[in-house]
Amino acid sequence: MELTNENVLGKIIEQFGEENIWDAYDPDGIMTFQTNRATIHELIRFLRDDKELQISFLTTMCGVHYPDQKDKELCMVYQLHSLRHNYRLRIKVYFPISDPVMPTMTDLYATANWMEREAYDFYGVIFTGHPNLIRILNVEDMEYHPMLKQYPLEDQTREDKINTFFGR
Amino acid sequence: MATEKKTVELDGLEQFRENLDLKLQAKQNENLTTLNLGPTHPATHGIFQNILQMDGEVIMDAVPTIGYIHRAFEKIAERRAFYQITPLTDRMNYCSAPINNMGYLMTVEKLLGITVPKRAQYIRVIMMELARISDHLICNSILGVDSGAFTGFLYVMQEREHIYDIYEEVCGARLTTNMGRIGGMERDLSPKALHLIGEFLKRFPKVWAEFEKMLTRNRIFIDRTVGVGAISAERALSYGFTGPNLRATGVDYDVRVMNPYSSYDDFEFEIPVGGKGDTYDRYLVRNEEVWQSLKIIEQAYKNLPEGSFHADAPHYYLPPKQEVYRNMEALIYHFKIVMGEIDAPVGEVYYSVEGGNGELGFYLISDGGRTPYRLHFRRPCFIYYQAYTEMIKGGQLADAILTLSSLNVIAGELDA
Repeated sequence: MELTNENVLGKIIEQFGEENIWDAYDPDGIMTFQTNRATIHELIRFLRDDKELQISFLTTMCGVHYPDQKDKELCMVYQLHSLRHNYRLRIKVYFPISDPVMPTMTDLYATANWMEREAYDFYGVIFTGHPNLIRILNVEDMEYHPMLKQYPLEDQTREDKINTFFGR
Repeated sequence: MATEKKTVELDGLEQFRENLDLKLQAKQNENLTTLNLGPTHPATHGIFQNILQMDGEVIMDAVPTIGYIHRAFEKIAERRAFYQITPLTDRMNYCSAPINNMGYLMTVEKLLGITVPKRAQYIRVIMMELARISDHLICNSILGVDSGAFTGFLYVMQEREHIYDIYEEVCGARLTTNMGRIGGMERDLSPKALHLIGEFLKRFPKVWAEFEKMLTRNRIFIDRTVGVGAISAERALSYGFTGPNLRATGVDYDVRVMNPYSSYDDFEFEIPVGGKGDTYDRYLVRNEEVWQSLKIIEQAYKNLPEGSFHADAPHYYLPPKQEVYRNMEALIYHFKIVMGEIDAPVGEVYYSVEGGNGELGFYLISDGGRTPYRLHFRRPCFIYYQAYTEMIKGGQLADAILTLSSLNVIAGELDA
């Protein structure tokens, strides 16, 4: 079966219902859609185990912070790839920063382990069920999650480096 | 205990490692040694720390710590204009910096909708394949060093210098290249650069054949590497392996073939694959990839098309300097580009290239500003290094070192 955006999306909606899969679009040749926290784990398992789709390679996942979106401040982006059909897929889950909890994918993909630790380190997303959710790149006694947009790149109190042109 | 490892075949590997865990639980720390390997051990070729739990010479468990050279590139990229991010990408996989540069530039070009002329694409292919050669050359020769053969390393290192001479002629830098610009290359290949590439193509096959002769059928090398640090294709895919390390397990996934970029579909080359996914297979796959890269460079060098070396994109590509002094438009564009005051369109792009170690991906979200809203690097080293613990379990300490060098983990890419 040739995978196209239409038939993949149709199959996913058939499985999970329109109330759980929405806002599908194609920004750069990779179909992107949104889902919710309750569905994401089952969805990724379905994509991996379905005999026709075989979207069974987790390319990458990362967090994004949108401070201006009320109750949808944080976003996790999952990118999956079907090596058999050479078909890519991107799934987004938005959730409030006051409740930054996501289900873990470590039981489906071994590679999710460090990716989730990175997302925890950078954005403070807590992955329930993760075997070892500690910081990975930053020091362990760091008190904040540095990729959140409220933290400026450099210490704003410094006076030796005022340079409004280059974005400091 | 020590002889157990050699007899393990791939089928029983997972079972063997599970048994090892049980044995570890049973022992409950009696007679076990804790050994701190790294972070600055000369044999780890980079800053990695592994705390090993050892029973005699056999590794029972390992806890890796990374992040020693984390430089927050993803954060920095959110505050830099698009052209200022290319130098950050050099510093990820510094053994093959041009591939990183080109990968990033092609991501931005995809966002901006710029089509790069054929000549620039071919020049990029030549530079990327030279980078792949210099990357694999380091990896394989270091593997020789770690198994006790120092000569080959020094011998091929000379060739890396020649590759760096070509870089220097093309972009002015040797290690962290910042090669190429958004829309093409910053300058055309000079006659001297073409001459250097031609010379390299003539000289290098002999050198590489000699290097292969020293290691490939070398009894000591084979004894040290066959069956060491093996991983099955299934586990490798679950761990997100790409590149030579995945191909060594027998999966023929190569971004250059599956999603051709920069005119890779114009060239004929093969994807070497291994079977067992052990250190020896990884060595062989990289060896063969060097030959294939040479083949690609030869084709690109012979068929280098005429034409411009950059796209006609005045908003993003700097005008010639002499124009800036005489032409008002050129001066305006020059100023706007250098100050990073040009807004990119709103969009979202994922683009990946075949880096030295696998699929090097760039996920770029633009909100229409002068900088990316979010730039995420899919760094192959970061993703497959987490399998290292599993790969060295049950092996000896000396084999763990070989496994590490055969994975070609680059600290800069690991930590970004």
